[in-house]
Amino acid sequence: MSSEQPILPKDAAAAEGKVNVQINGKWHRFPKGTRIADACNSVGVHVPCFCYHPKLSVAGSCRMCLVEQGMPPRLAPGATPTYNDDGYQTIQWMPRAIVACANTVAENMGIRTDGTVCREARRAVLEFLLTNHPLDCPICDQAGECKLQEYTADYGQPSHRFTEAKIKKGKNISIGPRVNLDQERCVLCRRCVRFMKEIVGEETLGVVGRGGHNAIACYPGKTLDSNYSMNVVDICPVGAMTSKDFRFKMRVWFLKSTPTIDVNCGTGTNINIWTREQQVYRITPRQNDEVNSCWMPDDHRLNYKYINAPERLLTPLIRTDAEAEQQPAAWEPLLRAVAEQLRLCKSSELAIIASARLTNEELYLTKHLADLLGIKALDIVPRMGESDGMLISADRNPNTTGAKLILGRDGSSLPDIVRGVKIGRIRSLIVLGEDVTAEAGISAEQLGELDYLLVVAHSESPTVRAADVVLPGVTFAEKYGTMINVTGRIQRLNRAIEPLGEARADWDILRALLQECGEATLKAVRATSSMDILEEMSEQFEALSGVTWANIGNCGRPVLETGVTIPLIEREKPRKS
Amino acid sequence: MTMTEQPDVIEVLAEAKPSPGEKYYPPFEVTPELTEKAKEYIAMYPEGKELSAVLPLIHLVQEKHGFICPQSVLWIAETCRSTPIHVQGIVSFYPGIRTRCPGKWHIRVCHTIACALSGGEELLTYICEKIGVDPKTMTDAEPMAVSEDGLWSIEAVECLANCGFGPNIMINDTLYSQMDRAKVDALVAEYSKKA
Ligand code: SF4
Ligand code: FES
Ligand code: FES
Repeated sequence: MSSEQPILPKDAAAAEGKVNVQINGKWHRFPKGTRIADACNSVGVHVPCFCYHPKLSVAGSCRMCLVEQGMPPRLAPGATPTYNDDGYQTIQWMPRAIVACANTVAENMGIRTDGTVCREARRAVLEFLLTNHPLDCPICDQAGECKLQEYTADYGQPSHRFTEAKIKKGKNISIGPRVNLDQERCVLCRRCVRFMKEIVGEETLGVVGRGGHNAIACYPGKTLDSNYSMNVVDICPVGAMTSKDFRFKMRVWFLKSTPTIDVNCGTGTNINIWTREQQVYRITPRQNDEVNSCWMPDDHRLNYKYINAPERLLTPLIRTDAEAEQQPAAWEPLLRAVAEQLRLCKSSELAIIASARLTNEELYLTKHLADLLGIKALDIVPRMGESDGMLISADRNPNTTGAKLILGRDGSSLPDIVRGVKIGRIRSLIVLGEDVTAEAGISAEQLGELDYLLVVAHSESPTVRAADVVLPGVTFAEKYGTMINVTGRIQRLNRAIEPLGEARADWDILRALLQECGEATLKAVRATSSMDILEEMSEQFEALSGVTWANIGNCGRPVLETGVTIPLIEREKPRKS
Repeated sequence: MTMTEQPDVIEVLAEAKPSPGEKYYPPFEVTPELTEKAKEYIAMYPEGKELSAVLPLIHLVQEKHGFICPQSVLWIAETCRSTPIHVQGIVSFYPGIRTRCPGKWHIRVCHTIACALSGGEELLTYICEKIGVDPKTMTDAEPMAVSEDGLWSIEAVECLANCGFGPNIMINDTLYSQMDRAKVDALVAEYSKKA
């Protein structure tokens, strides 16, 4: 009898706000309100889903997630429940399957995904989905990462019983400036429709027609032109929405993905860079519920072409005579020569214009270079714009927070340095990762009047052309490092490709310079990676104490209170709770 | 396996589909009465649920103007705080909602099983001949044919809920059962004279 058992599993679970659920014969405990699909997936029992997306409202329309479900039998009036030896009631299985996405777990519920009911349901759903599907996988960009392909391989049937004529729909429709639509491949999950309505707040997409003629469409005269439009390409489970930029460029299975962060603004959207050998092919958002949820803006996603562009600097350059052309040079002698030159400069006539696009580690070395050379005139180039009310931060620099913490500079003394250059008070300039002819507003002629201009940069620019020495650095895709976003969260940059040509990671260039300039006490001078530098920094900055490369992880961790928030994330919070 | 040619949905939406029937219906126009009526409909639903009035407004427009033209889609969307694509989704979902103007007399011929078996199929061809339209112009994308003089239009429809007395047809909103050729002749003659 139940009364002999001191605590039943149901009571133990209830005390934690949880319920017991049997999944494929094994009992698990989940918080009340957990969706069956999430519960199953969290314990390694795969439930295929097309329409369900954790960030969107539940549609429950594709029926791909059907599972077999059972509950304890309903008691006759007056009867008391009986429990087996393990303390559970027997499960009475329902003859029909239910959707796992729109239903939540309940006490003593049973779920089976390995029985005939579920297997048959999945097979049948796939058979229906494929009746009118064009089966053009060989030329489909989604092939290799297509849910329809995966589920068909896992749960589908090898043959096709549908011999009637397939319904033709629109193919290769330019539905927006960056997205193409293939209505025949669409499984009508409506994720794209819900995304545009619920996340972007623009109801641009809709479903027209009925039955087999159902199709996704924009109203005539409207296009899918939001700056977040390409997210529909990511969430489309099939190859119906494709990126114009990536179409037919590369089969996805040849690509390697590297988790890193976007450096186009202070949000530091978490991304994956997809590369093959030394070439970047695309960028996609990576889920981080504290930073960017599952999304990213199109202009940031597409801003990667410069990584493999012909403008990249591949060798160190030196100008030996004022009038001469810059000549390629070898790293080591050049670094030595630079150090010699820097030591000759009067520190009051020397300035550093650094960048809030540098990593914390690079800023740290910059700080020490300035200290070693006695430079007071040091600042970053601020880049303030307007927030888009979604993910794009008003601060277009990715690491202003880091610059403030490490350099103690926020760009406010830049005008002073610029004036110094213009009136000739500053005779020599070190520019790190910036084109100072742009936002900083120093003209190429003014740069030409300097005695000495040392530039570390990854690509051609008027500043680079005016330089006496150019040390080729790398883009964010080629180096490790950390940055702190506008909310005060430290995040990791990971290297997706090797530095191109003879270019070196900026931290390594700065480290070598420091060494050549005679810095001896700093551990970071002997660092073999930016992780080593981070380690030293964690001992010196209170905000970074206890921070290691490993415990930052792929999702970052908050280290500072800045009071700044990310609008899209704030909007998502109440929805979550 | 052959594939049936289907025009692109987006193009279909955008296409203006002129019809000779237009001379028998007033063109769509936002009048004070229409706005008044719309307000009345919307007031029937709880606050913030203007979206629910989309379907009644579609009926309102179709009744008066014969069909749902692109301008009316925009008006309904605006009135119900919806979007054109949402309204278009509803318009394109229901076969009873037209995107092309019918003739003055719109004939619906039931082609669901009971009527089809009792002669509805043949009747459809016969009526087409009678009112001077080519049944081949009735396709999935454009199920309705309109006579050149705009007086008639015809469409095959699903069950008219009078299966025991087929074949059934409907002219505008009046049901006629147990039809045969003679009855069709008589009806066509009668309606041709009606104002
Ligand atoms: S286009 Fe893709 S995301 Fe949109 S409904 Fe079709 S399958 Fe779903
Ligand atoms: S994922 Fe559950 S019905 Fe689509
Ligand atoms: S089948 Fe024609 S009225 Fe029902």
